[in-house]
Amino acid sequence: MPKLLSILINNVTCQVAPGTTVAAAMLLAQQPSRISVDGDPRVALCGMGICFECRAVVNGTSHRRTCQMLCEDNMTVETNS
Amino acid sequence: MRAEVLVIGAGPAGIAAATAAAENGCKVIVLDDNVTAGGQIWRGATVDSANTQDVAKQRAMERLQRSGAQVLNGRSVFSADASGTVQTLQETASGNVVEQFHFEKLVLATGARERFLPFPGWTLPGVFGAGGLQALVKGGYSVAGKKIVVAGTGPLLLAVATHLAEDGAVISSVLEQATLAQLAPFAASLWTHPAKLVQGARFRVKLWKTPYRAGCWVIEAIAGSGQTLASVRVTDGTRTWTEPCDLLACGYHLVPNTEIAAFLGCAFRESFVQVDSAQRTSLPNVFCAGEPAGIAGLEAALVQGEIAGLACAGRSHASLQRRSAAERAFGDRMEKAFALRAELRSLPRPDTIVCRCEDVPFARLQGHQGWTDAKLQTRCGMGPCQGRICGPAIEQLLGWRPVSIRQPLFPVPLQAFCFPDASENNTTELIKEKA
Ligand SMILES: Cc1cc2nc3c(=O)[nH]c(=O)nc-3n(C[C@H](O)[C@H](O)[C@H](O)COP(=O)(O)OP(=O)(O)OC[C@H]3O[C@@H](n4cnc5c(N)ncnc54)[C@H](O)[C@@H]3O)c2cc1C
Ligand code: FES
Repeated sequence: MPKLLSILINNVTCQVAPGTTVAAAMLLAQQPSRISVDGDPRVALCGMGICFECRAVVNGTSHRRTCQMLCEDNMTVETNS
Repeated sequence: MRAEVLVIGAGPAGIAAATAAAENGCKVIVLDDNVTAGGQIWRGATVDSANTQDVAKQRAMERLQRSGAQVLNGRSVFSADASGTVQTLQETASGNVVEQFHFEKLVLATGARERFLPFPGWTLPGVFGAGGLQALVKGGYSVAGKKIVVAGTGPLLLAVATHLAEDGAVISSVLEQATLAQLAPFAASLWTHPAKLVQGARFRVKLWKTPYRAGCWVIEAIAGSGQTLASVRVTDGTRTWTEPCDLLACGYHLVPNTEIAAFLGCAFRESFVQVDSAQRTSLPNVFCAGEPAGIAGLEAALVQGEIAGLACAGRSHASLQRRSAAERAFGDRMEKAFALRAELRSLPRPDTIVCRCEDVPFARLQGHQGWTDAKLQTRCGMGPCQGRICGPAIEQLLGWRPVSIRQPLFPVPLQAFCFPDASENNTTELIKEKA
């Protein structure tokens, strides 16, 4: 079993397997990736970089497509509002 | 960077094109936006899963490696011009990187995306694309023990249901909107494609307990306590019933990714890029293979890719033409079998969101003449997906064809356009924008 990665999703520490995409980690943590214009929670839809529903704040940078990004140890991820 | 042959897309078509061109002496670079090569059907699982390694994929990847073609992953192409330049954005955990590539010949192997049709509740967490959920599972999302309804249309539904079942999900039903009468001639014609039958047999083994209901579709996704999915309302046109589920995987077949071809000014044949028997587009140095030239599946992508690669290297591809024609015919039969029923156009209610980026409800689109008018008045299609999700949906709902497709393909930080020509390696590290 490879060593798990530790990432912070909306201030909660989560352990994920290496190779997990940030979008998958947010789904596992049951956290929305973004809040829509009208204030609704949204999660990844297409899983392939097209819809932008998975965009979140990663290491302080907003609007990152998390389905196209792998988790790294000590990454911080927040719901994009 | 400079390439004699630049391939956009590392799916089966791009891999076949790059391999054929590189084996015949060309300097080839392949650009792809995913973390690993393989495209949709060969999307690599980045986390260990129950899915066994695909032998055909392994063979294709090894041959690609031996060919000497260089594959660059994590690069999304956002602009291209026919004079021979392509720009890519690489999104890393630490920031954005923009690169420029120059080509003599270009192969567009950009594949397809799922078609989504809006229905009440489709924006709830728990509702995913069918291929979309499969991709997220390959990226480490666990569906073990989850009850899932797979719905929509197309051969992808069975592939997805099988994959999810292999990963421990309970597939409560597969709902195919096409009628049995529509599907029967297509199913019968599969006898001429043994590889596809073998795949079908694997699906049946995995899903023998799961009902496959033709002529049924989801009319609403319903939230439980909290804003997540609890059940779906399903109809066969006369009867309506509720199916409880944890997740819904719903997609309506595929839409070709043809935006880059449009940027370049390639001629189109309906929704697809027009190609000749060498997979050459209307531009002499631009080729197109796989789904953007016609949705026809894996074998079509492979043979068209090989033809394009050989054509780039100036080699003969005459021996591949019969196979290519047979696969094209298969694609045509598939299109007929999974044609969308008219009832799907009346699924959205007035308050159903159509444009997810800007939260534009259906009611606000009705009454507009077309795209230009609606974009100005409602911002529909102006969000980050640039209409790639709502565009095909609105084409079904209201019959509007996309007007002009503008570069960039998706929002790119402004700094990307201040390209320093003199930069050493043609790379710009962009300043982090603050959240
Ligand atoms: C989500 C999804 C899942 C699918 N799953 C299956 C399956 O399980 N079984 C099956 O038989 N068929 C599946 N299909 C159908 C599949 O598309 C074809 O069978 C086959 O993969 C087509 O090969 P291709 O090379 O034409 O396209 P693809 O495999 O789609 O490859 C195209 C590649 O180009 C990349 N690309 C596109 N635009 C850009 C850009 N601007 N910049 C950089 N890279 C770009 C894409 O990310 C992709 O990697 C799926 C389709 C989709 C959309
Ligand atoms: S889920 Fe659609 S872009 Fe990431």
